[in-house]
Amino acid sequence: MITYTPRPAVLDERISMKYGAGGRAMRALIEEVFLGGSVGPGDMDDGAAIRVGDRWLVITTDSHVIHPVFFPGGDIGRLSVSGTVNDLAMMGATEVLGLTCAVILEEGFALDDLRRVQASIAATCEEAGAPVVTGDTKVMGRGELDGIVLNTTGVALTDRVVPDSGLRPGDLLLVTGTVGDHGMAVMAVRHGLDLAGDLRSDVTPLNGLIRRALAAGGEGVAAMKDPTRGGLASALHEMAAKSGVGILLDEAAVPVTPEVRAAAELLGIEPLHVANEGKAVIGVRPDAAGRVLDALRSHPKGRDAAVIGRCLADPPGSLLLDTGFGRRLLAEPEGEPLPRIC
Amino acid sequence: MTAPPVKDFEQLKFRDPARGKALAAELARLAAEIGRSPITLMHVCGSHEQAIARFGLRAAFPDAVDLIMGPGCPVCVTDMPEVDEAVALARGGVRVATYGDMLKVPGTVLSLGDAQSEGAKVDVVYSVTQAVELARATGEEVVFFSTGFETTAVATAAVVLAPDRPKNLTILSAHKYILPAMEIVAEIPGTRIEGFLGAGHAATITGWGIFEPFAEKYGRPVVVAGFEPLDIIAGLVKLLEMVRDGKAEVANMYPRCVTKEGNRRALEQLWRVFELEGGEWRGIAYIPDGNLRIREEFADADARRRFDIDVSAVRGYTPPVLTRSCICGAILSGLASPLDCSHFGRECLPDRPVGACMVSSEGACRIWHQYGGRPDLRTLSEPSPPGPLSRPLPPSLTGRGGEGAAS
Amino acid sequence: MCLGVPGKVLEVDGFVATVDFWGVRRQIRLEIVDEPVAPGDYVLNHVGYAIRRIPAEEIGETLALYESLMNGENEDLMAADVWGEIQAGGGT
Repeated sequence: MITYTPRPAVLDERISMKYGAGGRAMRALIEEVFLGGSVGPGDMDDGAAIRVGDRWLVITTDSHVIHPVFFPGGDIGRLSVSGTVNDLAMMGATEVLGLTCAVILEEGFALDDLRRVQASIAATCEEAGAPVVTGDTKVMGRGELDGIVLNTTGVALTDRVVPDSGLRPGDLLLVTGTVGDHGMAVMAVRHGLDLAGDLRSDVTPLNGLIRRALAAGGEGVAAMKDPTRGGLASALHEMAAKSGVGILLDEAAVPVTPEVRAAAELLGIEPLHVANEGKAVIGVRPDAAGRVLDALRSHPKGRDAAVIGRCLADPPGSLLLDTGFGRRLLAEPEGEPLPRIC
Repeated sequence: MTAPPVKDFEQLKFRDPARGKALAAELARLAAEIGRSPITLMHVCGSHEQAIARFGLRAAFPDAVDLIMGPGCPVCVTDMPEVDEAVALARGGVRVATYGDMLKVPGTVLSLGDAQSEGAKVDVVYSVTQAVELARATGEEVVFFSTGFETTAVATAAVVLAPDRPKNLTILSAHKYILPAMEIVAEIPGTRIEGFLGAGHAATITGWGIFEPFAEKYGRPVVVAGFEPLDIIAGLVKLLEMVRDGKAEVANMYPRCVTKEGNRRALEQLWRVFELEGGEWRGIAYIPDGNLRIREEFADADARRRFDIDVSAVRGYTPPVLTRSCICGAILSGLASPLDCSHFGRECLPDRPVGACMVSSEGACRIWHQYGGRPDLRTLSEPSPPGPLSRPLPPSLTGRGGEGAAS
Repeated sequence: MCLGVPGKVLEVDGFVATVDFWGVRRQIRLEIVDEPVAPGDYVLNHVGYAIRRIPAEEIGETLALYESLMNGENEDLMAADVWGEIQAGGGT
């Protein structure tokens, strides 16, 4: 029997970019620095749930930085609203009571760009049925930040909290659509790769889609997570570790657009490591899988939903990939994926 | 006639698991026919390892075949002092462009990624042409820290030879030449390597003919193979056939890209710009004629001649004997396992690698560290395997079994 | 050692070719490739340079080579639809 004991990551003396990339380094940082004490969401889910009467108040917060601010398929405004709405939805809370929106601007940021970002925030809020109820604005000196930082906090009520740790052996895993779209679109622009073709971010609020899945699956929806930074691989690792199950992922079943697959080939990047901003991974009990899949596919944002894997009893905490040729362990990405030559 | 749709061009045919399994069955049949175990083979290409890992091909190899990873990753073998030079330039205010693979490769103290975190101007590029564009767009001194084997070096050569090359662009060459490293590995006393899988894209440039003297001198077969799953398995089938027949020859299993003579136009440009010199390969050895240096004629394109690079500031301390006591060379030649190394998991970690095997995401030490030992893919199969492996496995580099699996 | 990706040439302008890689297009350089390249050809791209023009007939030859390595039982699998695909695609 394999002894599966990943060694703990060791923190460096100074913060580097990898600590924000959503992989092991970031989790180690949060665990060691922020969760050392007794305060905070000990299970590191997408948000926190507070008991209010006989319901749960779910709260989550996110800061957003992205370069470039406007990218194919979206912008920082749409990203920040979607990110927060989706974190709430992943906890099962799809009816958003309100969002806060704090803006930090770099001296010199163009007013027209700010107007565009604001219009995008408003449009995305309307799409998600999530009103911005309060906000804040600060300006910092030139060079002190990269253009604009947005922070959004969201609150929502739900009768049942869906954790990301509720998987059991035998459960099936669904993804709501193609993976890798957001990260690949941003990477192509950021590294000046001059890739022409339909590479677009998938950034979108998912609460409507998730509401439909929950209505169809009920208690059969065991766990949810949005595969943002670190991609599908990172999200599944986290779900496997927290649930104490192994996950077997069927590579051929994972939906990937031809464009993302092509760009991934060209740049030597694993699409399963690339960020998404409009997808969810849903773990369901076997008897609910058909109903949830049908419900997802009946929604415009879930047309490409697919069953991509299942949970095993052993080895717990591991992520296995069936490539068709054989099985291998699928590692978590270390830092942001970069184009490679070898 | 209309051309076939591009998506059908290669991937579908060369990635078909059913065909792969049919070829793998042939691999198993040949291994049984040879009857020895292990039959140790080496590939000398990081992209072969990437493809093998990515497609889970080791699960399809027979037990007896032990395919080990040779010194085929040019990024991993880039030595600390070379990285130090790039870091020193970046910290000195020069804009340094490099391939994404290089960003996290550590120098004595810092990687280029560390320098970038400190505020140095470091740009990740996909192509050297982007470094040219950076030089034009910024007007700043731009140094392209260029790594890679001959395949990648020809692109650098093309830029050096371009009549309109910007004067503010220079090259810091860490390019490597693979054949001398294969000779070093073949000469290691006690080596068990019975055949080599040659790198298809290096051979696209050099031609498969350059392996003929090597095969003859060392009495080992070389099979040049491509990088799709079927290419690799078919290459191994051919290699086992030659091992079985005792043929020390060269076979070209990648004819769609490789000819005997190679790409003459590329070679002409390569050798006009570069010449061979000896150099240290991280964690392996001093490789005579293993590095590609820019010729005197192109001094104006050579960062080492343009700048007086002072690496003392990024050293901090004299490098200890760490790299000298690193056993990557033995691991890469199949004579030792990561657990035989006193630095493994102590001084040598994924974030702070000492040797080449910890630098590469597919390096043996990196994989062992990440998974707490060597993952045995068969125990991950369903239904559960009957029991522990019966034969004691040598502590070799890759494949299945070995430490952890036999318990 | 070297990530190489095949793509189909759409357009050639001097030393620059626009190449389609399964739906994503990128301009790549032609200084290194040792044969004339024309729209419709396949080329092998490495770091933004074409390093080889891939003759379409070589694809079939490689597959035939692999087929010869397999035992008889698998011949049909390889031959039937792969050759079919190649024939249907036609030469360039």
